[in-house]
Amino acid sequence: MDNGPLEGVRVTEFTSAWAGPYATCLLGFLGAEIIKVESRKRIDHARLVSFTTSTDFSNPDQSPVFNSLNLNKQSVCLNLTQPRAVEIAKQLISKSDVVVENMRPGVIGRLGLDYQAAREVKPDIIYLSSSSCGQTGPHREYVGYAPNFASAAGLSYVTGYPDWPPSILSGAIDLRSATAAAFSTLAALLCRQRTGEGQYIDLASQETIVMLNSNALMDYLMNQRVQTRRGNRDVCDRMAPHNCYRCRGDDNWISIAVANDREWRALCGAMGKPELAEDERFAEAETRWKHQEELDRIISDWSSDKDDYELMHELQRLGVAATPSLSNKALFQDPHLEERGTFVQVDHPLLKKDWVLSPPWKMSGTPPSIRRHAPSLGEHSQRIFQELLQMSAAEIETLKEEQVIY
Amino acid sequence: MLDYCGTRSGPYCTKLMADLGAEVIHVEPPKTGDDARRSPPFPGDVSHPEKSGLFLFLNTNKLGITLNPRLPQGKEIFEKLARKVDVLVEDWPPGHMEELGLGYDDLRERNPGLVMASITPFGRSGPYKDYSAYPLNIAHVSGQANVLPLPSPDLERAPTMIGGNCTEYDPGQTAAVAILAALYSRAITGKGQLVEVSMQEAVLSMQRVEAVIPANGGDVSTRKGPETERLITVMFPCKDGHVVMVTPLQHQWEALMKLIGNTAWFEKKSSAKPPVRAEDPEAMIELIGSWMKKHTREEICSRAQALSCPISPISSSEDVVNSEQMKAREIFVDLEHPEAGRLRIPSAPYHFSKTPWMLERAAPLLGEHNRTIYCERLGFGSEELKALQEAGVI
Repeated sequence: MDNGPLEGVRVTEFTSAWAGPYATCLLGFLGAEIIKVESRKRIDHARLVSFTTSTDFSNPDQSPVFNSLNLNKQSVCLNLTQPRAVEIAKQLISKSDVVVENMRPGVIGRLGLDYQAAREVKPDIIYLSSSSCGQTGPHREYVGYAPNFASAAGLSYVTGYPDWPPSILSGAIDLRSATAAAFSTLAALLCRQRTGEGQYIDLASQETIVMLNSNALMDYLMNQRVQTRRGNRDVCDRMAPHNCYRCRGDDNWISIAVANDREWRALCGAMGKPELAEDERFAEAETRWKHQEELDRIISDWSSDKDDYELMHELQRLGVAATPSLSNKALFQDPHLEERGTFVQVDHPLLKKDWVLSPPWKMSGTPPSIRRHAPSLGEHSQRIFQELLQMSAAEIETLKEEQVIY
Repeated sequence: MLDYCGTRSGPYCTKLMADLGAEVIHVEPPKTGDDARRSPPFPGDVSHPEKSGLFLFLNTNKLGITLNPRLPQGKEIFEKLARKVDVLVEDWPPGHMEELGLGYDDLRERNPGLVMASITPFGRSGPYKDYSAYPLNIAHVSGQANVLPLPSPDLERAPTMIGGNCTEYDPGQTAAVAILAALYSRAITGKGQLVEVSMQEAVLSMQRVEAVIPANGGDVSTRKGPETERLITVMFPCKDGHVVMVTPLQHQWEALMKLIGNTAWFEKKSSAKPPVRAEDPEAMIELIGSWMKKHTREEICSRAQALSCPISPISSSEDVVNSEQMKAREIFVDLEHPEAGRLRIPSAPYHFSKTPWMLERAAPLLGEHNRTIYCERLGFGSEELKALQEAGVI
């Protein structure tokens, strides 16, 4: 299992954007073979545009966004508006363990490739549909990107400052939905390993995000209280100080969180204000919570001319949880992440050496791996149709001319 | 599975497993119990060790025992349990399990198939490995508040973390993926392994697209994104709250024009090409915004969605719980709890056709399953159990 624990598992995916592709990317990191079905007819927008930087990519094979989300995969082109292409897609499914799709609910069925169709050609298939709101319910056809389902799920409402409007959240939310999708797919795969039976999973991105806001939900369900935005305050109303404090420089900050009296005394010592530890207002966790705005002022006054990294090292030596608030540049330069190999370069035919992030786990027995860059559009059509589906070179040529393989 | 944890990340990981049918044994310190038991929310804001909303959410469907593995007898019992389980999840600082003599190398001798997951703030190697971090610190050191420009664009104020329990649950959910993959390969090879998750890397991974931009020669993130220059994602106040509009595709932009109904103005002012869309974005946002202000979230979203235009409401917890969609999908379910009474809790975000999510049991009372586990599984007698209890082992 040189590629990872899922070596030998084959996944065929009909996904685009971020949430679907990253679900299978995670499985690919773990060694699964991923075949991405795409088409020039409708190019994945992650190949065309970056939502983050508003950049248009001139060439669909040159998108670093697509590269980050589709590492290790193979790409075949099939124009699914053609019946022959659907037949070929079914042949791919018949040789797969897992199918993942994230089209708008109803679309994959109209194409003739829904779970029922897949099960006919592969009775024990595991089939996951990922959509914004799920395959059932009055909003099932609602379309939505990460900012949409993060806000409908209640997370935007609790992010930001109390005296500000809610915050728009972005693509990082897709990757959370993707992680839930990878988890549920694997659970079904384990179940198949034991029972021989596949199944269908209807995953709603919106619901995966709902679960990440459990405290606010439980507070509403128990007390009918509607929690709002609380900046950097502790979600459990216990820790104080618990905030981000200005440091020397342009936009440098340090986050400090104190859970108990020992950490509080250590922080007072670091600030050279041991008398604060004796101050009644701050003597116990409960009273610190009540007086946290005063605490924030005291700490900000002290931290604002200090270097964020030096402060982290000093406070950590004393046992106080403190970290800088890192920008993407600072992350790239961080010595800890460097030693951990968190950023790695992948050879890419057009992007040359493209930096990506490593898989988010280390495993002692079957390490996850990045084996290759994301595929160019249709890069593996020839090989997969010939080797896996036993199609002749002449047949493939004809299908290309007929824009079936397109 | 054995869940021996001190933060919320490990318990969220095993919650996901318990929800799908795994037998998870949640280990708590004798007498005091899991720290989550002392964490709000509580019904009526009255603290009670059996009524914490956080604990009840995190431990539904699990069994609960008390055990102090720092005592020699406790360690022995922990070893016995670790011999019988498929998975052990722990989230203590690096070295803690080894100090107890319960590290992966100790435990795998007796259970070579053991899959052990270790969730730590910074991983088990590297210069910060012994640094401590609470979720706030993880959020900031993973770039969450800075790499994503939208949550905190005012440079006069501190960057903020994503709200809710996001940062503590992300590492748990990330670990859960690798644990299941390790179980899959174990069924083939018979071998277990150690899965290591750094909370920093798990959260950073969610920003993997944004985090590499300067490394690849792009711009360094600033919290003040060029918001008005791009009309891809915009939030608008409306009659009864806010909505978010995301229109990267041409047909969605055209649907928006139809929704607003002022097509001529749009055509004159918009440049067809995404992502900029308009020569004068502020005027464009003002025009759209003035229309939004006249309508409610429900009116806007149902009409927009009928035109396939991705506009969604910004929902509070109250809106989420009462949403017709959530009701139709039974996302909130009733629970009977011996101390907390009748409650509603969130279920699960995936619907399995053959093995659906089920509410097997409410979160355990402190030590509720001591007898089941110690007597029925490990064969202790009642007298022994009593002695262990008196010695503070369980």
